[in-house]
Parts: sequence; C-alpha cells; structure tokens
Amino acid sequence: MVPKASRGEVEFVQTVKAYGASVAVAGIDLRIPAATYCCLLGPSGCGKTTSLRMLAGHEAVTSGDILLDNANITLMAPAKRGTAMMFQSYALFPHLTVAENVAFALKMKRVPKVERLIKAKEMLKIVDLEAYAERRPSQLSGGQQQRVALARALITRPSALLLDEPLSALDPFLRLRVRGELKRLQKSLGITFVHVTHSQDEALALSDLVVLMNAGRIEQKGSAEDLFSRPRTAFVARFIGAHNVIDLGDRAIAVRTDRTKLTRNGLAHTTSREATVSTVEYAGTGFAIQLVDDRGSELAALVSEQDFRTAPMAEGERVFASWAPVDAHILEGNAR
Amino acid sequence: MPLPVKTDDKQAMTHHARWTSYWQAAPLAAVLLLFFVLPLLVTFIVSFWSYTGYSIEPGLIFDNYRDAFDRCIVALPDLCTTFRTYLSTLRFCLIVWLLTLVIGFTIAYYLTFEIRTMTVRLVLALVCTIPFWTSNVIRMISWVPLLGRNGLVNQLLVGAGIMDQPLDWLLYSNFSVLLAFVHLNTVFMIVPIANSMSRIDKALIEAARDAGATGWQILLYIIVPLSKTGIAIGSIFVITVVMGDFITIGIMGGQQIASAGKVIQTQIGALQFPIAAANAVVLLVVVLMIIATLIRFVDIRKEL
Repeated sequence: MVPKASRGEVEFVQTVKAYGASVAVAGIDLRIPAATYCCLLGPSGCGKTTSLRMLAGHEAVTSGDILLDNANITLMAPAKRGTAMMFQSYALFPHLTVAENVAFALKMKRVPKVERLIKAKEMLKIVDLEAYAERRPSQLSGGQQQRVALARALITRPSALLLDEPLSALDPFLRLRVRGELKRLQKSLGITFVHVTHSQDEALALSDLVVLMNAGRIEQKGSAEDLFSRPRTAFVARFIGAHNVIDLGDRAIAVRTDRTKLTRNGLAHTTSREATVSTVEYAGTGFAIQLVDDRGSELAALVSEQDFRTAPMAEGERVFASWAPVDAHILEGNAR
Repeated sequence: MPLPVKTDDKQAMTHHARWTSYWQAAPLAAVLLLFFVLPLLVTFIVSFWSYTGYSIEPGLIFDNYRDAFDRCIVALPDLCTTFRTYLSTLRFCLIVWLLTLVIGFTIAYYLTFEIRTMTVRLVLALVCTIPFWTSNVIRMISWVPLLGRNGLVNQLLVGAGIMDQPLDWLLYSNFSVLLAFVHLNTVFMIVPIANSMSRIDKALIEAARDAGATGWQILLYIIVPLSKTGIAIGSIFVITVVMGDFITIGIMGGQQIASAGKVIQTQIGALQFPIAAANAVVLLVVVLMIIATLIRFVDIRKEL
C-alpha cells in the first residue's frame, strides 16, 4: 500500500494532572512522532490511563500543554482535537445497530442519513464486518465488538487513535491475532496509535515507542529493544521481566535470566551469588528456575533443556547463579 | 392462570424438578388468585346482574353496560355525561403524565448523572420519599391551609399588595387537583427512571462526547432511549393511579369535579353494585388499552 501523508505527532509538555493533593501525572514530557505505534505501559495507578484521557480530552489538564500536529489541543473539546478514543469495554451503544454505532459521530455532525450509512458500511468493510451491519452489539462476539469500536473511532478520520487497554477483554488466543491486526491497521492508515496497557508482552510486540510509566512519571521511553536490553532503572528491569536485579552494594546491575548460568561451584562474588532453588518449572523452550539467595532476594534463571538434562537440579539444592561481566547491565539508582 | 416455570432448558429437567418449581411459585400464585383474580372475576360477574333501589338479583343482562353509555351514541356529536367524564379524566391523566414525566425525568437525571457520590445520591433519594411517611389523605389536606381563601398563599399575595382580593382558583379547582396529583405521583416516575438511568454505562456518555455529541444530543440519542423502559414503567404507575382516582379529585376538587373513579364511588355509595361493577370493567378496559399502546413502543421485559 502507498503510505499516506503521515499524521499524528503528539507532544506532552510538562503535563500535570492533580486531584486535589494527590498527583496522578507529575509533569510528563513526551514527543510521539507522526505515524507511530506508541504504548503507554505501567502498573495500575501509574498515570498511563490518565495521560491518555487528557490527550483524548476526557480529563482536564491541571497544568502544561498537549499538542497534536503542532496545534495546542489542551483546552479543545474531545471531538475537535483530531483524536478518537476506543474505550476499554468498547462502550458500544446497546440500543443502536452496528452501522448506527459506527455512523454515530457523523449523525452528531448532521450528515444526511444515506450518506453516513454509506460511510459506515465502508468503515465496516475495513474491519471485515459488513455482514453484521444490522445486528445489535449484544449479538456479536467480543472480538467483533472490538472491531465495531475500532470502526466507530476511525470514522472521524482521526490523526491519533487512542486505545485504552483494547485487548484486555479478549481471550488469550484472540488477543494475539487482534494484536497483529491493530499493528497492520496502524501502518496502513499512517496515523499514530497510542495504546495503554499493563502487559509488557503487548507493548514489546507492538510498539515503535514504548513509554514505561511509574508513579505519574515516565521511567523510560524508547524502542522495545532499548527497554529490554538497556533498562534504565531497577523498576524498568523488573517490570519488563526476564531480568535479575542484583545489588552489588555500590551499584545495582540487571542480568537477563537467559544469560544467568547455574553452576555448583562458586566464582567471584561480583559475578555470582549462592542461592537455594525454590521452584523448577518446565517452560517449553527450557526450564525456568526460581532461586532465593541468602539475603532473601529472588533470582531466576532460564536454563536450556539440554543444559538442564546434563545437570538437573531439584528444589532445595544449593547452587551458584553466575553471569559473564559483559552481560551485567549497570542500572541507575539502587536495586529498589 | 399459567404458573411461571423458570427454566432455559426444560428438557434437562426431571419430572420431580418441574413440580418443584410449581410449588415454589404457588404461594405468590395463591395470593394473586385470592386478592387479584377472584375480586376481578366477581366484579365482572356482578356487572351482569340486575338491581333495584333495594335489591340485587343474579342474572345475565347487559342493561348495566347500556346504562353506563346511556344515549351516548345517539347524542353524538354532543358528548353524553359518561364521555364527558372520561374526557375530563383522560385530560387530567395526560397533563399529570406530562408534568410528572418532565419533573421525574429531570430529578432522576440529576440524581444519576449530576450527583457524584453514592452517599449523597442515597440521601437525596430518601428525601424524595419523605412525603410518603404520612398518609395520602393527610398529604392532600396539608395543601388546604396553604391554598385556601384565607390560606398562606393568599395572605401573602394580598398582604404584599400583589392582589386586591384572595384568589379563588387556588383550592377546590382543576389547579389544586393537578397540583396534588403531581405532588403524589412524581416519585413513581423518579424511581423507575432513575433505575434505568443507573444502568447506563458512564463510558457510553464519554463515547458519545468523543464522537462530538453536545449535551442535548447525548440526552436525546443516548440517555432518553436507554431510559425508555423506566419511562414506560413510571408511566404505567401514574396512568393507572390517575385514571382510577376518586380520593384526590374528591378532596382537592371540593367534590365538584367528576372522574371515572368518582362515578363508581358514588354508585357504590348508593349500593348500586351492578352498574358500579359495569363501570369498573369499562374503566379497566380503557386503562388496559392505554397500557397496551404504551407497551407497543417499549419492550418492558428487557428491564425486568
């Protein structure tokens, strides 16, 4: 497909959201280039949904600015911004048909009935739901409802589509498929998708830009690879997962669990830890082994099937978890 | 009457289980039979009996129904007493319905969408029910010292020099009847409409706003359609109460205003049970026709 002129450059400038004394978003600065798939990632209460809702215009900004395609949209009404939102539980209108749901925004603009229904049908074609135009939302499956919500949001031709946990209501199998569809759609439309999620898998798989938030601040932003191979802080390493955060006293390091080796004899203290095996789980591609060291910190190692067969280990056994100095990634701040 | 069997897959039910559900429905069915079906049946049977000034005879005559519409057809286009009475009752009903609907909807909207905390919402909903802590009649009579010829309102108007003499139409008039009806029945609109509204997902309103809907458009295209069942249920309450009323019209109308219910009450007072029964059946049919029309617009079962 020929790429269209890309749209949807989003910029948060010192954006703050406070509810009385409690601060939900503590002055974030973030530039999302046009036509980017951006995931706002973080634990619940980190401010990711609030940031999305401020961008959508459903939450007033306490201070700072939000820009879209170089226009300041901080004070604009939601529909005037060039954004469209897809809600977590889809929020389809239960009393309207699928076609009427999709055409709703056009009806509000007083587009004549015939014209708006034709446009709705075109939109439904994109999400492959033409055959369901006359159904009610309650007669559709979760995946179909999700696509109706997508069509309804896209009918206004937004520059930025805002998705609030769009995959959380789907079963795991469907989630993977829809995930792929979302990414394809974003590429073919050439607009920005801002996707809120608490699942690091989702964020790593989809994003051109991952923004990991914690306690109302941006902890780290970058490509999925950046975050995974170069976590800035202990929080990032832990949240992204598959990392051991190890306190070396004067500094903290992160070591990927698949680069963590388990041996029966110790090495230097700076490159190994003695620990007790707490659980052994078969993980398909290998064995996931959980350990607890003498200070009570948890460690994990992903041992390949072959290595495990040659030197099997059982729960309660004492082993040394070691890593090559080159695999030790130094973190900012302490191990907390 | 059919007993409700609550089941989705009757085939899966054993013989034993089927009878269990009948037994479980039996107490309510017995109450309905004794206090609803039986009296209705008796009324229907008695409406075909004959009567004189001092006796009632069982029979199967249609005189009562003919008397109820005495010369009504031949007198057209002039309205006979019965038609005039029904017309006046229907007019009251329509005005009261409109007023309680607008006021009830507004209050329900306020309680559901403007009040943010559950506690305040509960307290305000309870405040709505405070008038119901006393009897119907006392609530009506309480208007008398306020609206009477020497009542508070007239004293205020004359005292302030706005009026030269007291207003007569404040009490024992169509106005006072309407006022009492609205006062007594608005809560019957508030409760079912608020119930319907509370089921509206707040995300729908945000989704509508996201699609560019203005406040009025959200009201018209989202809130009103999704409150339809509550509106229908409230309307049935109000319409049945007003159509059959004789107490409010009697007290607040100074016994001067006719209504379908009042006609029946007068006939019962004169011990003319058969004609009263015939009029009651006619009234029932009229009310049922109104409700049937209402239900054509709204599927109430969705809400229950």
